Amino acid sequence: MTQARNFPIGAPVLEVKNISLRFGGVKAITDTSFSVLKHEIRSIIGPNGAGKSSLLNCINGIYKPQEGKIAFKGRVLDQISPNIVARMGISRTFQNLALFKRMSVIDNILVGRRLHMSANFMEVAFQLPKARAEERANRARCEEIVEFLEITDIRDTPVGKLPYGLQKKVELGRALATEADILLLDEPMAGMNVEEKREMCRFILKVNDELGTTMVLIEHDMGVVMDISDNVVVLDYGKVIADGPPDIVRSNQDVIDAYLGVAHD
Amino acid sequence: MIEVLFFFEVVLAGLLAGTMYSLVALGFVLIYKASSTFNFAQGAMVFFAVLSFVGFMELGIPFAIAFAMTVILMIAVGYTTERLVLQPLRNESEDTLLMATIGLAFVLQGLAQAVWGVEVRRLDLGVGDFPIAWIADNLGLFVSALDVMAGVVAASLIVILALMFKYTKMGLGLRAVADDPGAAASIGIPLKNIMLLVWSAAGFVALVAGMMWGARAGVQFALVDLALKALPVLIIGGFSSIPGAIVGGLIIGVVEKVLEVYIGPVFGGGIEGWAPFVLAIFFLLWRPEGLFGEKIIRRV
Amino acid sequence: MTTKSTLTKRGRSDITNFVVMMTIGFVAVPLIIPNGYWYSSILIPWLCLALAAIGQQIVMGYAGQLALGAAGFMAAGAFACFNIELRMPWMPFGGALILSGLIAAAFGVLFGLPSLRVRGIYLMVATLASQFFIIWMIDKFGWFKNYDTSGIITAQDIVIFGRAFTTPLEMYLVVLVVVTVLTILAVNMTRGSVGRNWMAVRDMDIAAESMGISLLRTKLQAFAISAFYCGVAGALFAFTYLKSLEPVAFDIKLSFQILFMVILGGLGTISGAFIGAAFILLFPVVLNTLGNAWFHGMIDATVISAIEQVVFGALIILFLIYEPLGMAKLWENVRQRMRPRTAPKPEVPQQQVT
Repeated sequence: MTQARNFPIGAPVLEVKNISLRFGGVKAITDTSFSVLKHEIRSIIGPNGAGKSSLLNCINGIYKPQEGKIAFKGRVLDQISPNIVARMGISRTFQNLALFKRMSVIDNILVGRRLHMSANFMEVAFQLPKARAEERANRARCEEIVEFLEITDIRDTPVGKLPYGLQKKVELGRALATEADILLLDEPMAGMNVEEKREMCRFILKVNDELGTTMVLIEHDMGVVMDISDNVVVLDYGKVIADGPPDIVRSNQDVIDAYLGVAHD
Repeated sequence: MIEVLFFFEVVLAGLLAGTMYSLVALGFVLIYKASSTFNFAQGAMVFFAVLSFVGFMELGIPFAIAFAMTVILMIAVGYTTERLVLQPLRNESEDTLLMATIGLAFVLQGLAQAVWGVEVRRLDLGVGDFPIAWIADNLGLFVSALDVMAGVVAASLIVILALMFKYTKMGLGLRAVADDPGAAASIGIPLKNIMLLVWSAAGFVALVAGMMWGARAGVQFALVDLALKALPVLIIGGFSSIPGAIVGGLIIGVVEKVLEVYIGPVFGGGIEGWAPFVLAIFFLLWRPEGLFGEKIIRRV
Repeated sequence: MTTKSTLTKRGRSDITNFVVMMTIGFVAVPLIIPNGYWYSSILIPWLCLALAAIGQQIVMGYAGQLALGAAGFMAAGAFACFNIELRMPWMPFGGALILSGLIAAAFGVLFGLPSLRVRGIYLMVATLASQFFIIWMIDKFGWFKNYDTSGIITAQDIVIFGRAFTTPLEMYLVVLVVVTVLTILAVNMTRGSVGRNWMAVRDMDIAAESMGISLLRTKLQAFAISAFYCGVAGALFAFTYLKSLEPVAFDIKLSFQILFMVILGGLGTISGAFIGAAFILLFPVVLNTLGNAWFHGMIDATVISAIEQVVFGALIILFLIYEPLGMAKLWENVRQRMRPRTAPKPEVPQQQVT
């Protein structure tokens, strides 16, 4: 990325400090620390079971780490439930998809607009002007996202009926709809072919470029990681073993040993 | 002194009544342990089993043969349920399966009444609901002979089943199937046989439970509502635990009796109708998996 | 298909449906049906139970909470209305209904609290507590029945703006107005952000939370609104159908019936509430008539009632296996077939049934 960014990378906006997470006797994450800079695209990589998803779950409040602190925009997230974290400006997608299967594509994305809709149930029940205007405006916004992701022709289909690749797109759309400051993407390209991945990369870069959304993504495809990331964190057995720009990380010996592998002659 | 004695009587009666609840709960636990299904129809199965048993005897069939016939009937019910209800829905959510078993409950209770009629039947098991003379005379306690027999039967069944589960090959197979049917099948555990076995056991337990209840309170539709009480028992004891079914039943039995006797008169009775459920709520808030159940974990 | 045309198209068919139904309900029916029996024994109970079924749909079909206690909340609403009419006779009937609903809603929130920690059968058992406790409470505390010792409490007459509504047709119209208004509100809620939040919690609560939905507020809201609907339904049921107040009329059997209404009608649809209520109400009548016609009264009423249970249970299983979207979906399929054929679309996106 040689041209000037619309949103230059700034100061740390999300700080993970000495996080440890245990499930019973199993240590998922041990004393992990790193920072995510504003407007950057940060990848988290590492072998399976390294604790990557758990880390994301800690950030958005689904798991509560036993030790350590996570700070977002300077404010410590302590024992906060996911909906409050969302309110603060963090949204996400899930590794195994967590769509609302019985709702349509557009309705799934509309749920992403929850934080932008404040009409209470009475206003909605009586269809008062505030509720109607809000619904109209947010629907329009969702239509834009649907067009952006090029899924207009399936907007009314219940997502449970869609193929995996399209479901992944919808989940991204739902996360985008939140207009969050930070998007946590858990393996957004898992199970996709080369073309679908290329498209996803295009979307991710576009969102980062046009909206300045900070992205944290867990990804296994090294090509993708090296291509689009500004910085990379490498986890192994719940610990950080490298943290820096792609080129540096790629040639780090520990990373090669643990994950990237050695070229055998 | 009479107060204390009376209290003991109440507690004892509660414990014994509790074993009856345990018997019903036992059927639930068996099916849950093997297939992770909540069989809401367990109560209806109890009713269906004992009504059929009594019906057979009314037709002149001797006790032992009627018993055997009913057991076979229950096995057939179990098999049919497995094939027609549970198999088609095996990929659906837990809630859907539960609703299907609610439907099953209505099918069974309706069928039983349609075939055998709705009159209340007496069931004589040779032991009367009278205080055991020996205990009354020597200890001054009034303890129903029928209650004691029910307690002994329940306890024996529970012990036998618990041992079977833990130590026999069948029991191990059952637990494997409950944990992961796919994996169990892939290592050669005959799923069909296991499921048949479980439903047969649950049916047998249902029949025994029905007989105990029926001897005590008459064979009538009210049994089904009584069986609803097995649900709080399971919440307290844990859905996956056989010992839990006993302990849960005992707790509910005692609490029910004590509240009914000591606080009931203030309100004109009826506390036992809701007390077990409210007690269950407290357990749910404190320890949802029950005293002996497995913790419910959700993976994200 | 762009946004605009979809909305207008749906909006147009909505208005058409609404006008047609209102005409039928308020004009055609009163003109065509003179006989009091039809109102008092069929239309009124149907509308009341459908309203309760809407309540059940909200908490179970939309919010996904397995609650089994609708009849208990109906009882709460019924007896609340009775007491309000008794002790605050100045209160207009509409106000009494709303207040009754609110009182039922309070019970709904209280007994809905376990939903914050448990789900599935665990929650179902907790909600059974509300069913048994509320009925017991009403039964044992004489105050609720105004210390009546006769055992039969007659509901007061419905008086609106000084005019008594006592004939079957008059009561039918009152019920129709209330049900119409509440149904419109329910449709608005379920189609809007409120309904989406419920369904999000139903389908994937962790994801819903991650999108900013508060599980606590959403679940309790569903319980509250659901109980409100059941409460109003119960009050109407007692005042226009039973014309008396007996706790035993709101027993667990009724709760099961309402549960069946929403399952058979179609979980997650408002129309399903009406269709399910109609089926559960009318099927016994049909069965009885057939039974008498074919077997000339040789079959006992209890046997017929038993067969009813078998049929309902079997239908539940069949629908869950073959058509989880219920009779509402079957009805929708029929309507699609009857629609004049337009040019075939390459891939028909299946619209959500409301």
